[in-house]
Amino acid sequence: MTQRIVTDVAIVGGGIVGSSAALALRRKGLRVVLLERDLCGSRSSGVNYGGVRRQGRPISQLPLAQRAHGIWGRLPELIGTEGEYIRSGHFKIARSEADLAALEAYRDSAHDFDLGIDILSGARLRERCPWLGGKAVGGSLCMEDGQANPRLVSPAFALAAARAGADIHERTRVDEIAHDGQFFHLRAGNALQVKSQVLLNCAGAWASAIAEQFGDAVPMQSGHPAMAVTEPLPFFMHWSLGVEGGTVYCRQVARGNLVLGGGPGRALDADRARSDRASMAALATQAVELLPVLRDAHFIRTWSGTEGYLPDRQPVIGPSRTTSGLFHGFGFAGAGFQVGPAVGEVLAELVSDGRSTTPIDAFGIGRFAPASTAEPALAQ
Amino acid sequence: MTRPVLQPVVVGAGPAGIRAAQTLAAHGLRPIVIDEAARAGGQIYRRPPAHFKRTPQRLYGTEAGRAIAVHAAIDDLQDRIDHRPDSLVWSAQDQQLDVLHGPTQTTRTVPYGQLIVATGATDRVLPVPGWTLPGVYTLGGAQVALKFQGCAIGSRVVFMGTGPLLYLVAYQYAKAGVKVAAVLDTARFVDQLAAVPAMLRQPAVFAKGVTYIAWLRAHGVALRSGARPVRILGEERVRSVVWAEGGREHTIDCDAVGFGYALRSETQLADLLGCRFAYAPMHRAHLPERDAAGRSSVPGVYLAGDGAGIMGADAAEWAGELTALTLLADHSVGVDTQRARVLQQKLEKLSGFRAGLERAFPFPEDWAAQAPDELVVCRCENVTAGELRRAVADSGADEMNRLKALTRVGMGRCQGRMCGVAAAEILAHATGQPVQQVGRFRGQAPIKPIPIHLLRPADEEVAA
Repeated sequence: MTQRIVTDVAIVGGGIVGSSAALALRRKGLRVVLLERDLCGSRSSGVNYGGVRRQGRPISQLPLAQRAHGIWGRLPELIGTEGEYIRSGHFKIARSEADLAALEAYRDSAHDFDLGIDILSGARLRERCPWLGGKAVGGSLCMEDGQANPRLVSPAFALAAARAGADIHERTRVDEIAHDGQFFHLRAGNALQVKSQVLLNCAGAWASAIAEQFGDAVPMQSGHPAMAVTEPLPFFMHWSLGVEGGTVYCRQVARGNLVLGGGPGRALDADRARSDRASMAALATQAVELLPVLRDAHFIRTWSGTEGYLPDRQPVIGPSRTTSGLFHGFGFAGAGFQVGPAVGEVLAELVSDGRSTTPIDAFGIGRFAPASTAEPALAQ
Repeated sequence: MTRPVLQPVVVGAGPAGIRAAQTLAAHGLRPIVIDEAARAGGQIYRRPPAHFKRTPQRLYGTEAGRAIAVHAAIDDLQDRIDHRPDSLVWSAQDQQLDVLHGPTQTTRTVPYGQLIVATGATDRVLPVPGWTLPGVYTLGGAQVALKFQGCAIGSRVVFMGTGPLLYLVAYQYAKAGVKVAAVLDTARFVDQLAAVPAMLRQPAVFAKGVTYIAWLRAHGVALRSGARPVRILGEERVRSVVWAEGGREHTIDCDAVGFGYALRSETQLADLLGCRFAYAPMHRAHLPERDAAGRSSVPGVYLAGDGAGIMGADAAEWAGELTALTLLADHSVGVDTQRARVLQQKLEKLSGFRAGLERAFPFPEDWAAQAPDELVVCRCENVTAGELRRAVADSGADEMNRLKALTRVGMGRCQGRMCGVAAAEILAHATGQPVQQVGRFRGQAPIKPIPIHLLRPADEEVAA
């Protein structure tokens, strides 16, 4: 028997963006149905590195990241758990004077946002991080940035939304979406039909298919970051690490394990991904360079996920070009975890108030020309 | 360099892998045989270091004849196969295996054209409070200590759990002069009686089992059936075992415990190779699918022996040979098809006996219901049964990978190889689902932990 639900807002995708949008919408009193084809927070939102950092983001993302920063500080009251979130500090390493200059330039350009960035080099660097490999000449420290456990945080947003009254359907794949000019009609097999005035497209790496159906085609590609974790080691490092101009990133969780990422994994199919031999070898080399103590540590597990990347590595956040009531929030280029909760709130504002209190102009879908006008441009 | 038409690699040099290699060599091929152990033989016919002097009769007892034959088979093959001992296959990608060679501490990739996966089994562990105390071993671990190093796990040992290995190990320990304080079998005597007709399909094997039990009884070893392990006590190490029978608790003093509930297949490599899995009710496990001739769902990948379902050492030898014949026939090498048919028939006939074993030594279905909240299920990550149940209650987790994500169960060094069975039982019980519904941990490389600096291959063999 088919279940038929009429609601205000239908959300496709139960990652951190869709789930936090569901929670924010419920707090505004709207009716919400969220459809997740797997389990909420089980894909990129749940298997990512767990970095919660603002520094290093494009300046255009910093208003959103600042808003998210505030939300992260209130996680227990918002979702009932801190999800191992700590403001541990994030340190971006420079391996050359040129890289250090780039980090200083970033600090200056982000000055208005008061990130509290501190540039370390020389004796101060060695004093603060005796564990650092010899190639580092300095780095940029943002003490209020941090890390969290994505396996806990992302599902917790969905659970909080459910407790707040959102109607969440997991293991429910949306097979068809239609729009009759006024309402969206979503069908999941023969089991469920949802009718809504508003549709939020938060389907992560798979969102471009929905966008395209509504004439909002974007050149999104899937990416698969290669990830690995070591056995627990004696705790030595509070900061989450990144490398200017490099691919490796690394953090140590309270239990002692080091979580590392860098380089591309590989797709097994459209839905699943895994780490990759060459990437693991490269990651291993870079990780030992960065942290010599890791040389004899063991990797106990590797993994990957499937994330959406647009050519400019900026997300799409905002209304559809073509269809009233459709809003997008996807394409976070492997950096959606920190901003995700703010994007959820922004989407809820767009739905309820028609405008976002946080600037999102840089993320409009209009920056990608519709296919019909792109063709002549390509022909030139 | 032209690539040979057939480039078979056998992973595992136990009874299945050895017979597979022998069969391939007999047809003029030179297979690569990769094995984790220093000397071939697998777990059941594990050989002591070369300079050890104990005779096969003393090491393997009633199994000495088979052990000698299997060892002779691999020894005779040494100049016709490329045997790579001390080598751990820890991942696979793009028709290449990732192999860590222990003695040289180097990693290399080994290309294959065809692959026979004969990865064997480990103990099926259902923990009991106190199981992480020093002095507590699995039955297989206790047996390996004896076979490989000539060591006993203690001087006064309790063996408990269920399965054929329970009595075999107790017998081997008693024969070696160790005081066996008790054998506690969760199976009831009536289970064993009911299984007799099916077990008689392999009268010789059945007779051996009866012999062990009779010998133990004649030598005054306390054998208890229908006995439920309650807890293992001790401070620095094992001091005693508490067990229950019909609601009454008893305590036995001991300085070591060997326990286990039959075996579980080592399926990680098949998983990384992309083999399709299905739930096998008799094995109470999700296993890589194999057809009657040994083919997996992945072309060119074959499965032999206990690594794709526990059928025992004899079946492993037959399956190893059969799988090699299938591989050869699939690649247009002429083989004795009559022999292949005979092997298939032997394996089919054995499945009736195998079902009888399951009846004689049934899985203790009430284990999860009896497991107390404070029981450590995952010893790598120190996750208790209570934490698993709380995750189910708080978040509605109803699937293994979600449970892992929320609780860390199966996230440690063993990656769920030891705790996966128990975690699935707890999850199934807590959610009221049959155990096949809760799924299995997703496989990820490395199959076993790998030192980071060894992830870069020392040299890559050239695949044409």
